[in-house]
Amino acid sequence: MNKTINQKAWLFVIPVFILVAFNAVVPLMTVVNYAFQETFGNNVFTWEGTRWFKQILRSDRFHSALGRQFLFTGVILFIQVPLGIAIALTMPKKGIGVSVCLVLMSMPLLIPWNVVGAMWNIIALPEIGLLGHTLNDLGFDYNFTQQTGDAWFTTILMDVWHWTSLVVLLSYAGLRSIQPAYYQAAEIDGANRWAVFRHIELPKMKKVLTIAILLRFMDSFMIYTEPFVLTGGGPGNATAFLSIDLVKMALGQFDLGPAAAMSLIYFFIVLLVCWVFYNLMMRNETQG
Amino acid sequence: MSKITLDNLSHSYLDKQNSDADWALRDINLDWQDGGAYALLGPSGCGKTTLLNIISGLLNPTKGKVLFDDKDVTSQTPVERNIAQIFQFPVIYDTMTVYKNLAFPLKNRGMIDSEIDSRVKEIAEMLELTKTLNNRASGLTADGKQKISLGRGLARSNVNVIMFDEPLTVIDPHLKWVLRSKLKELHQKINKTMIYVTHDQTEALTFANQVVVMHEGQLVQTGTPVELFEKPKHTFVGHFIGSPGMNILPCQIQSSTPVIDGVKISTNSQINKSNFSKTEIGIRPEFVSFSKEGIPVKVLKVSNTGRHKIIDTECKSGKIKVLSHPSKDIPSGSAFLSFNKKYTYTYGDSWIIE
Repeated sequence: MNKTINQKAWLFVIPVFILVAFNAVVPLMTVVNYAFQETFGNNVFTWEGTRWFKQILRSDRFHSALGRQFLFTGVILFIQVPLGIAIALTMPKKGIGVSVCLVLMSMPLLIPWNVVGAMWNIIALPEIGLLGHTLNDLGFDYNFTQQTGDAWFTTILMDVWHWTSLVVLLSYAGLRSIQPAYYQAAEIDGANRWAVFRHIELPKMKKVLTIAILLRFMDSFMIYTEPFVLTGGGPGNATAFLSIDLVKMALGQFDLGPAAAMSLIYFFIVLLVCWVFYNLMMRNETQG
Repeated sequence: MSKITLDNLSHSYLDKQNSDADWALRDINLDWQDGGAYALLGPSGCGKTTLLNIISGLLNPTKGKVLFDDKDVTSQTPVERNIAQIFQFPVIYDTMTVYKNLAFPLKNRGMIDSEIDSRVKEIAEMLELTKTLNNRASGLTADGKQKISLGRGLARSNVNVIMFDEPLTVIDPHLKWVLRSKLKELHQKINKTMIYVTHDQTEALTFANQVVVMHEGQLVQTGTPVELFEKPKHTFVGHFIGSPGMNILPCQIQSSTPVIDGVKISTNSQINKSNFSKTEIGIRPEFVSFSKEGIPVKVLKVSNTGRHKIIDTECKSGKIKVLSHPSKDIPSGSAFLSFNKKYTYTYGDSWIIE
């Protein structure tokens, strides 16, 4: 068979090239530009090589922000994934209940992030907030604006409230796609509820759970708006996660060079973790 | 092992039933002898799977009883009934090895490890799975996986009945034959009651000693493959079994003799009453032949399949197919057909008149 070579097809790709160039490549390269140079304005740049990278990687401030970030992401994944699966398992499988549950579950996902932050800020206010006031009435000394533990508790609670639904919806979709014959076979084999979950439901949910964990990892690792509105990173730097710290450095202190270097390091960490996790999860898939 | 009795079984998936069509199964009465090989044959949606799930206990019947050895088991769970069921597509536990898959039902029943081990090895040997025992089950081909599902049923030594729900649907055509003979061989070896659900007549007729034909939720005939072929009790059976199916022609009854296009037909039926809303003649294409006199027909088309010729003809009352030897000459244009009396039956309201 003779293929006719027609290079005109490239013309169709040009609009995408332009789009990608302006929304990804150009901004990213600007950041790269700042990461290796020093500027005092007026478009005057001096070459700094890897100085900013070394500075960031050696700074205690970055280390502690990174530590807080991993802790936060770890905690919310540890809560949201099992909780999401558990809720998906108890959701009704047919009837009017399905739509009701799905709508209720989707609600938190539809609320703008800064609204979520503001909502929880008000709810958690120790003097007048429903949650804050109730906790204080019950005898807990709760004040998220002043106590580190309380700030963490509130931030995690807010994130669990906001994002567990995503895990629920994905898990539910995974569960619904399991053929009834699997449950029937398990029933005939005399499997108990735990065995059904362990050997049928969990393996069948593997792919959607991988996606859920990836999405939740990326989103929580880059979380900014909600804690910014809720705690502003405080008290002190207690809830200053990577992105909050980054914005402080870039816009608060106007340290563009180190901030750009930090952005790139941040970006590579997210990329690396996702890549490793995805490959670990999919390691056995190709054989099957 | 046990005898299975279905006593007046009816099932509906609806809460309220207004007409016959609301029932998935209607008034099923059936005895299955211990150790027999049975096939449940019928088109899609006739209630075969529903019936199977009721026998296995996955479904509770709306009415009627299921008895194993004359003992009512209607309210028992599948585990209590101790049955094995193989589904349309292979059900395996993906994360386990073949060995663990086979051991799973035994473990769940609290058998000790050494017993499990010998049992699993024995089953693997029987199903030719020994080499793959330590492989992950998800890596096997469709027929290998289906063998595992079968093996999980066989692993329990004392199952009452093994049921197959169209088990060869996802198997490659050339392996279907192999697996089917394997099943047949297995049946002779372990001598357990087997029920095989299928919509494929070849599968049913080659596997079973007794075939149960279902149609719209009812049992229409139970019999050996030969009986179903030679003496279909219902026009549906005649039409459904055989390739091509039985010729069914509307006829009039004149003084106890059926008449087609003014020609009297002698049949194997004794017609004593005539108050049917419709009467038909059934004759298989195998038993129709060209002759000097009989029903006048026009020959429409001759197809040669190599093994035989299928001739499409048409009389005033309808079309008649004729099957003849490939070397035989076929008249063209007008001809006459005669029916072999022994295999010609009259049907009143679709049921045979004997």
